[in-house]
Amino acid sequence: MNEQDKNPQKDQIDKLFGELEQLAQQQQMDLGSDLSTLKAKMVPVLKNRETTACSPWDKVCLARHVQRPGSLEYINMMCDDFMELHGDRCYGDDTALIGGIGTIDGRAITFIGNQKGSNLKENIARNHGMGHPEGYRKALRLVQQAEKFNRPVVSFIDTSGAYPGLASEERGIGEAIARNLKEFSVLKVPVLCFIIGEGGSGGALGIGVGDKLYMLENAVYSVISPEGFASILLRDSSKAEEAANTMKITAEDLKEFGIIHDIIPEPVGGAHKDPQLVASHIKKIITRDLDILCSKPADRLVRYRIKKIRGIGHFNGAQSWWDQLLNIFQLTRALK
Amino acid sequence: MRDSKKEHYASFDDVDTKKIVTCPSCSSSIHRKRLEDELYVCPECGYHFKLTPAERIAQIADQNTFEEFAADLTSRNPIALKGYEAKVSQNQRDSDLKDAVVVGTCTIDGQETVMGIMSFQFMGGSMGSVVGEKITQALLQGADTNTPVILFTASGGARMQEGIFSLMQMAKTASAAALLEATATPLFIVLTHPTTGGVTASFAMLGDVIIAEPRALIGFAGPRVIEGTIGQQLPKDFQTAEFQQKRGFVDAIVHRKELRRTLSFLLSAHAKRGR
Ligand SMILES: [Zn+2]
Repeated sequence: MNEQDKNPQKDQIDKLFGELEQLAQQQQMDLGSDLSTLKAKMVPVLKNRETTACSPWDKVCLARHVQRPGSLEYINMMCDDFMELHGDRCYGDDTALIGGIGTIDGRAITFIGNQKGSNLKENIARNHGMGHPEGYRKALRLVQQAEKFNRPVVSFIDTSGAYPGLASEERGIGEAIARNLKEFSVLKVPVLCFIIGEGGSGGALGIGVGDKLYMLENAVYSVISPEGFASILLRDSSKAEEAANTMKITAEDLKEFGIIHDIIPEPVGGAHKDPQLVASHIKKIITRDLDILCSKPADRLVRYRIKKIRGIGHFNGAQSWWDQLLNIFQLTRALK
Repeated sequence: MRDSKKEHYASFDDVDTKKIVTCPSCSSSIHRKRLEDELYVCPECGYHFKLTPAERIAQIADQNTFEEFAADLTSRNPIALKGYEAKVSQNQRDSDLKDAVVVGTCTIDGQETVMGIMSFQFMGGSMGSVVGEKITQALLQGADTNTPVILFTASGGARMQEGIFSLMQMAKTASAAALLEATATPLFIVLTHPTTGGVTASFAMLGDVIIAEPRALIGFAGPRVIEGTIGQQLPKDFQTAEFQQKRGFVDAIVHRKELRRTLSFLLSAHAKRGR
């Protein structure tokens, strides 16, 4: 990364002050002295900001921010062209989980992603990004279509979880997520996953199994919401902040655990302050990774993916399993 | 995760001090010996009591054929959560288990199988790193040796005390199921009361044949979560085995007395004779 990328905070603030000055001029307001006082006051705060990151709970709030850019916003900013594809060919179309085909620098990519709304009305229409089974089945249909035409997959994760409702249970949300986990793990095309906001439990994981997993700086990824954790383990649902701070759900935590590959920086105040900048970061990674992964033979790609997943766990008494896995790969190939 | 304390475990009570057991479903009093003869099914209402892995093995496997593997795996505290180690130790003492699943090999009517039995008794059967690893080992052992795998589920979901590692066990077990499928080795699932959350949303729903015990609670989100956050009226049979079968997610509901015979039939029907 170049120098500029290293300190997006400072650029952002400079830009902000520039805008303020411009605005003051336009409105013919004399902010001169006020602005310089503000600037002087902000310097130590900014310095502090650069060294001390915000708390996990702050990140939860940023990840849930109503103005935070969503899957479609990033897709539209990154792609030369994008066509949304609808429906699971079985029950219906879930607007909480979108998908389609787009091109980046001429390369066709299948995109899938959880989709919240950018205002209350849209949020209700999109069920706050909480997918039903048909959403997960649409995602599976699209990634298997991608596999058929040898197209890589990019997945954007941004949901508080799969929808916990009657309809969801009736149509088998458990089965839908389970099937995705199984099928994504052996998909013969590259799959890149980006947690752009909330990574909520099975609803996030249901489109989150891939070769690479990235998180935006202020995204979170957890097995249960801080509210849920608080009410069950701390026996007090109002202790969500305390829960968030103990659950190890930030990008930094998950990088340390080796669960994610890298953290994508955000401007000060969060991704919504400069969506274009964040989109350009994501686009760079997509291009870089796909250049490498698309040239790998499919069976090697799957092997690496499985090996990575197989190794996740934290317990006493671990033994080596690589030989067994190799033998299974041999058997699988012999069967084909 | 559900609170396991309110549930009755006939088989977990002290045999010597409690000769009479109360059915949690119909409240009738049953002699322990009678209950044992009935395979822990209430003779009055058919309620299937929860079983320990040892009891399940005794009911299903040919006598003295079960050989446990991965028996020594124990959990750590990946997110350094206060009190987690103590809770695990307490559960180990109370249950005489190392964690919420036992895996091994055995025969059923002489037919070899890899078998895994979850225990709701151990921290609500929650899936953390140890459960995920042991289920994965069972599935991969099946794939490696081309031996059918039978898994009995009982779980309140992911073990949230292990943070993101517990969520990842869903992907781990499901990818192991994918490899088992890729080697054309059958997976039989027996859903027992209750099976919910992350276990439902991973290997439990990936069987070639999925069996459920009568009236077992099977679902993803807990009924209280759904009622509480959504404010919806739920049907009376919501998330029962019967509900799931009606909606196409369970192949067969099998009474415990028929279970061994059913599994034996499935093993023989999937045997690779002169293919
Ligand atoms: Zn009864």
